[in-house]
Amino acid sequence: MGCVESMNYEIVLRDATFKESRDYIKAHFKENIDVPPGFKIFDIHVIGLPPIAIGLDGDFVIFPYTKPCHGTFLLRVEDPVEAARLRALKK
Amino acid sequence: MTAPSPTALLVLGCPQVPVQTSIAFYLISRLKKAGIMPVVAGNKAANTLIVVSDPDRHYLGEVIDLDRVVGLITEKKRDFSLCFVFVHNDAGVSYAATMGAISTAKLYALVYGEHYDEQVRKIEFPCTVIAAKAVHNPLPLKKAIDEVAPWAA
Repeated sequence: MGCVESMNYEIVLRDATFKESRDYIKAHFKENIDVPPGFKIFDIHVIGLPPIAIGLDGDFVIFPYTKPCHGTFLLRVEDPVEAARLRALKK
Repeated sequence: MTAPSPTALLVLGCPQVPVQTSIAFYLISRLKKAGIMPVVAGNKAANTLIVVSDPDRHYLGEVIDLDRVVGLITEKKRDFSLCFVFVHNDAGVSYAATMGAISTAKLYALVYGEHYDEQVRKIEFPCTVIAAKAVHNPLPLKKAIDEVAPWAA
């Protein structure tokens, strides 16, 4: 998983469909943004059907991570700098 | 000055469905005969299967990590004339949609597997869908590809 493996992440959803991942973010995170496929979060280009929903919860970023054999994981990573960068995109 | 040769990216899915590797080699063969340079992208397992199957590289040219090629295309450092995405699960649909969004390539979704029709219903983005119920026997998908003949388009 490249740099994902080095992150201190929590798995919010595992082996989900892309739609389940997007619906979960919209339903559980009042603060969220839509980004296009390929958008870079940390060092990862996100995969999915546009628009891709990203959740923000304080200093936490909640984003989908797709693997060909295991579907989409929804990961929760604490990073105040990345959260601030993504929050700024809403303005 | 001659125009650069057309190129094709083959985006492999999870190799758990047997027809993927044989269809990839078939497509590579047809593309090369048509003068189109194929590049294969997959995860480690999918790429290893295909590399070990062609040790003398009679068919294969460049093989690249899937995450890396997504990054290169997104950052506008690389693109292709054609893109074929192998789809047999939800992740495959996500990769196809991503390629459609980041690349200028003409996009083909090759949909197969036991429940191929479920995946076809999820594809609502612009692309040419080539679909067949094919798990162990590649011939139904080969036939569907031959009917479209993407190497001749």
